[in-house]
Amino acid sequence: MMPLLTTKGLSRHFGGLRAVDGVDFALMPGEIRAIIGPNGAGKTTFVSLLSGRIRPSSGMVVFDGADITAMPAYKRVRLGVAYTFQITSVFANLTAFDNVALPVQRTLTDGRTRGQVRSGVMAALERTGLADRAGTLAGQLSYGHQRLLEVAMGLALKPRLLILDEPTQGLADSEIDNFISLVREIARDATVLLIEHNMPVVMQLADRITVFNSGKILAEGTPEQIRANTQVQDAYLGATHG
Amino acid sequence: MRDASPAKTYALHVGVIALLFALNFVLPDYHQGLFARIMALAVFAMGYNLLFGYVGLLSLGHAMFFSAGLYGAGLAVYHLGWGVPAAFVAGVACGALLALVIGLLALRTSGVAFMIVTMMFAQVFYLLILYFAAWTGGDQGLVIQQASRVIAIGGAPFDLTDPTVRYMSALALFSIILLVTLAVVRSRFGRVLVAIRENEERTKMLGYDTLANKLAAVVASGAICAASGAAYALLFGYVGSSFASVQYSILPLLWVLLGGAATTLGPLIGTLFMYYVTDITSGFTSAYLLIVGVALILLVLFFPKGILGSIRERWLRWLP
Ligand SMILES: Nc1ncnc2c1ncn2[C@@H]1O[C@H](COP(=O)(O)OP(=O)(O)O)[C@@H](O)[C@H]1O
Ligand SMILES: [Mg+2]
Repeated sequence: MMPLLTTKGLSRHFGGLRAVDGVDFALMPGEIRAIIGPNGAGKTTFVSLLSGRIRPSSGMVVFDGADITAMPAYKRVRLGVAYTFQITSVFANLTAFDNVALPVQRTLTDGRTRGQVRSGVMAALERTGLADRAGTLAGQLSYGHQRLLEVAMGLALKPRLLILDEPTQGLADSEIDNFISLVREIARDATVLLIEHNMPVVMQLADRITVFNSGKILAEGTPEQIRANTQVQDAYLGATHG
Repeated sequence: MRDASPAKTYALHVGVIALLFALNFVLPDYHQGLFARIMALAVFAMGYNLLFGYVGLLSLGHAMFFSAGLYGAGLAVYHLGWGVPAAFVAGVACGALLALVIGLLALRTSGVAFMIVTMMFAQVFYLLILYFAAWTGGDQGLVIQQASRVIAIGGAPFDLTDPTVRYMSALALFSIILLVTLAVVRSRFGRVLVAIRENEERTKMLGYDTLANKLAAVVASGAICAASGAAYALLFGYVGSSFASVQYSILPLLWVLLGGAATTLGPLIGTLFMYYVTDITSGFTSAYLLIVGVALILLVLFFPKGILGSIRERWLRWLP
């Protein structure tokens, strides 16, 4: 099977700092992949390179067989690469409805979906449990609901690849359980790439895990393999759970 | 905003238009003339509001779009002997074309740089008008004769210098632009413009080419402001360089701030308010600009979102 996404020698330097350093990476269609690693390991920078939010210093990104390294972010979104931000960035002064209407009308304009804006919006809000908040300004939603709204916006883009950057950060335990089932549901028709610090969430969701450290891939494998990897334990797992 | 019943919104806008229509028959001559002027200039304010209120781009050079319409229409009549409709179209086309060029250049910047760049382009435009005085009349301007401002429709002359015809023509343009802006801000395009104002980076990550959308907004804004300028030249018969000066770049900003940015009816209310405050105070004191200034400061203190913006915030959440 051909990977949905690959990178070759992907690098991004900030001055002398190699935030992402020659990463070769492949993602299979349909999988749920988790990226873990200590703070500052370059995870956010790496997925930002995939989404096109920032430009690489060198290397290449291939999506569905096409070289998209030079493609601007908005065109990648239209191809089906959706990105939800680590720092919640919903449109605070717009209603939850309008927040989700933006991605819905995008897919309608691109001919990737059919129907009415309203029904598309309500479907995405219902999937994330926010339907009764449609008329609320996003800035007035609780933090957990804003995170879910962010996911609803990603969902509404009908992504083939959904990139979630620390989506459970700040969620209550009860909300996390709902979130896990939501991601499982999303993964039925999309590939999911998830940066996540919460290890129980990673262990429950991920088919495979990629461990980042100092801008490089330290290890990659199934949850069991990663758990058993002593290098990983030293660099990361030991540090946070020791 | 979008949950309000559209019927209520449209009823309000049609009601305002009907009220303005009725005013033609009750206003004394002087005020009838003033209202015609205010409606024509409210179109300028609406064009400005589209860019400033909805996209959040603060231009300090919109006098150039207004005067592109003013001179585009005025010179076509004066030098080429064009009829009123053709001259109006020429004025709007000049404004739209100019806005396209300026947009392509100025949208490379944002924030304060955008303000300065637009102001500089407008200043260049102003100086060009003075430089080509042989055609533009320089700082004297040009007067367009009454005979050139008559439209012959099937033998029945339609004289734009007649007060009622002038009033109704200004009202027609105002109504069309009001309903067009209402339709735009309720459309998918309008939603994208507001999203750009709120967070441009995020809007890109939802698949939008924000530069193309901003450019479309600049062109639409420029064309509307030019329509106002063209109408002004044809209805009031005067084309002058003062309309291209920096004062006419700041006025629409004040009108919009006063009436309420990002409200469809705010531009009319702001223009009306400012015109009457100036008119009334200049009647009994020569220090009227001081009073206008104080009134502006008080308004901004107590109604920071403008008259209609504050009303929307406090009472009428559904206002577009
Ligand atoms: N825009 C930037 N400018 C300079 N340095 C940056 C920038 N973004 C990230 N970095 C640095 O790159 C490194 C990786 O950051 P990041 O990708 O956010 O890590 P992670 O998401 O794994 O915590 C950090 O040292 C961070 O300070
Ligand atoms: Mg991060």
